[in-house]
Amino acid sequence: MPVDRLSRFLSAFSLALGTAQLAMPNVVNRVAGIRDDVTTRLWQRLVGVREVVVFAAIEAEQPRPRRALWMRVGGDAKDLTLLTLAWRDKRASGPRLVGAIANVAAIAALDAYAAIRAGRPPENERTEEEPMHVKAAITVRKPREEVYRFWRDLENLPSFMNHVESIEGNGNGRSHWKVKAPAGTHVEWDAEVVEDRPGEALVWRSVEGYGVQNSGAVRFLDAPRDQGTEVHVEFDYGAPGGRLGEAVAKLFGEEPTQQAKDDLRRFKQVLETGFVVRSEGSPEGSTARRHLKQRPGQPVEDGPGEQEPKPSIERAPSVEEAPSGEEGDRS
Amino acid sequence: MKATVYSGRNSVEVQEVPDPKILNSRDAIVKITSTAICGSDLHLYDGYVPMVKKGDVFGHEFMGEVTDVGADVENLKPGDRVVVPFPIACGACNACQSQLYSLCENSNPNAGRAEKLWGHSIAGVFGYSHILGGYPGGQAEAARVPFADVGPLKLETDLPDEEVLFLSDVLPTGYMGAEMCDIQPGDIVAVWGAGPVGLFAAASAKMLGAERVIVIDRFDYRLRKALSGAGATDVINYEERPDVVEELKEVTGGRGPDACIDAVGLEAHHAHGMVHAYDRVKQATRMETERPHALREAIMACRNGGVVSVVGVYGGFLDKFPMGAVINRGLTIRAGQCHVHKYMRPLLERIEKGEIDPSFVISHRMGLDEVSDGYETFKHKQDECVKVVLKP
Repeated sequence: MPVDRLSRFLSAFSLALGTAQLAMPNVVNRVAGIRDDVTTRLWQRLVGVREVVVFAAIEAEQPRPRRALWMRVGGDAKDLTLLTLAWRDKRASGPRLVGAIANVAAIAALDAYAAIRAGRPPENERTEEEPMHVKAAITVRKPREEVYRFWRDLENLPSFMNHVESIEGNGNGRSHWKVKAPAGTHVEWDAEVVEDRPGEALVWRSVEGYGVQNSGAVRFLDAPRDQGTEVHVEFDYGAPGGRLGEAVAKLFGEEPTQQAKDDLRRFKQVLETGFVVRSEGSPEGSTARRHLKQRPGQPVEDGPGEQEPKPSIERAPSVEEAPSGEEGDRS
Repeated sequence: MKATVYSGRNSVEVQEVPDPKILNSRDAIVKITSTAICGSDLHLYDGYVPMVKKGDVFGHEFMGEVTDVGADVENLKPGDRVVVPFPIACGACNACQSQLYSLCENSNPNAGRAEKLWGHSIAGVFGYSHILGGYPGGQAEAARVPFADVGPLKLETDLPDEEVLFLSDVLPTGYMGAEMCDIQPGDIVAVWGAGPVGLFAAASAKMLGAERVIVIDRFDYRLRKALSGAGATDVINYEERPDVVEELKEVTGGRGPDACIDAVGLEAHHAHGMVHAYDRVKQATRMETERPHALREAIMACRNGGVVSVVGVYGGFLDKFPMGAVINRGLTIRAGQCHVHKYMRPLLERIEKGEIDPSFVISHRMGLDEVSDGYETFKHKQDECVKVVLKP
């Protein structure tokens, strides 16, 4: 069903239900299997007012009534709560109430679907994959040339890019990237350097037609006074699953901007201190995912099974020992 | 090994936890001979600091003997006796290079979380929540000390633990509180809080040349310690004389103190029950994270153009902050977690020369097993408690 017809149906539904609740709350109570008294009639009328308001809101926001439809989803959640409360009430009629709850749940699903549909631009206005734009910067207390050289060496990148599983140089300025993605999957692409200004900038883009499309640049600037080098990273990429995928990834601490910031923090740590700094609460160092789910701040167990074997590329210049921790239980 | 583990609001237990082990090549393992409960540990204990997890090992004031070092630690070897500064600092970043060690840019693996609360992160701290790194603390038999080539002060002296232990936090913190006041000869300095930090701030203000030092607290036994041990010239018990601002005007000929030090922080009390209740309720319902009575009073009391130096700990957001007084009266607010590394050696020299004996603040000595009594006694200021030292 195209979104405009669906939302029109939902708004008509709101108007009909709202009018019924306002005009004859007793009948609605009976049909829904709810105890009929002064309190429940008052509730019916209040919900009725809301339904009429939602009707007006959807119509006012056509053709893409995203906000009004989310209002409906919110209303559904509240109705489910009210009906669940009624469930506890001995005077309610069980089978009818179950029917009412099932109906509201079904309508809620329809509302959510319509609201998500309305939130996306229409097909003809949308490009294939809307690219995500990510920007992050950090200052590293090292000379610009040294910072550039460290970044330019593909072998160094996995020491601070937490999600990179492997990078293989193919010669002729191209490289093959394999990167961890949410939910235990990974993505791959071939990248080529399109601009290389030693000590200043590195610009890359993925090779057309294979894997995740992305492009980006890292720029190196002298920081004022003797504070070292500013590293500015910027990239665009087609996020798997578009905006919704991005929102879900964010929930699991995989949001790209946060990832980029964490990568830069580790980059700075490796250059300034010689390794990725680890605490017992975050044994693998700074990662967005670990920010959400910390180990307790007590020494790490050395027992078998807890030690996650680190891929061979995880070798910051002087990391002595692979971190242990509870990584195993998350993957 | 045994360690002090947080087991929920108002509760710590001694539990068996794994022995610390080296995670980075610049780590050392220290077997702890003396450690202390800090007033700021009570903020964790009382549940006012975000991101404290059950199972966390507390304690950021400790010293002991090095038992193991990572491959890149060349200045220490097993058997060395060290005091460990509470902030963890890499020594290489711009902050460390400017001697702002508590602002180290590399030592907090959870910097992303700290940024969300404070805009930017600060250094990691031992045993002080996950927002400051999730490092286990030192109220334990042993601890891993990251950046052991930068932090720990190696002791070549045979001064007893009790005279050097407080170099880890409270002595330098109090000293920095006084140093931030830019004390000139003839200055009058007021210090809120006669806990260990306040007492050391008062003693340091005297060392730095203040003519009069006035200490404000609500416990007479602590105020007596300020007079006898810290060299305070005047004291005010604000429960007996609640209008502290007026009292200070009286003492200073109407001008107000040249500098005011807040050594209380986020769990202050107020002489008037209603005022206390107002902030207590807002704090309990998380409408503000602090009860800033001491800070408000310090600002109101300070002389025009004076300095308000804040070393008491605050966590997030406070309200009814008298910004009007700050701007209109040209006050300077200076604050910070102590850059301990910078102060340890000069303060050790002062201890060796006999200019200060920090052990005067100690009121209780306990074994590690008694730590939960220690927290309760300290929290409720029972038995004239000022400072609890634990011997693991």
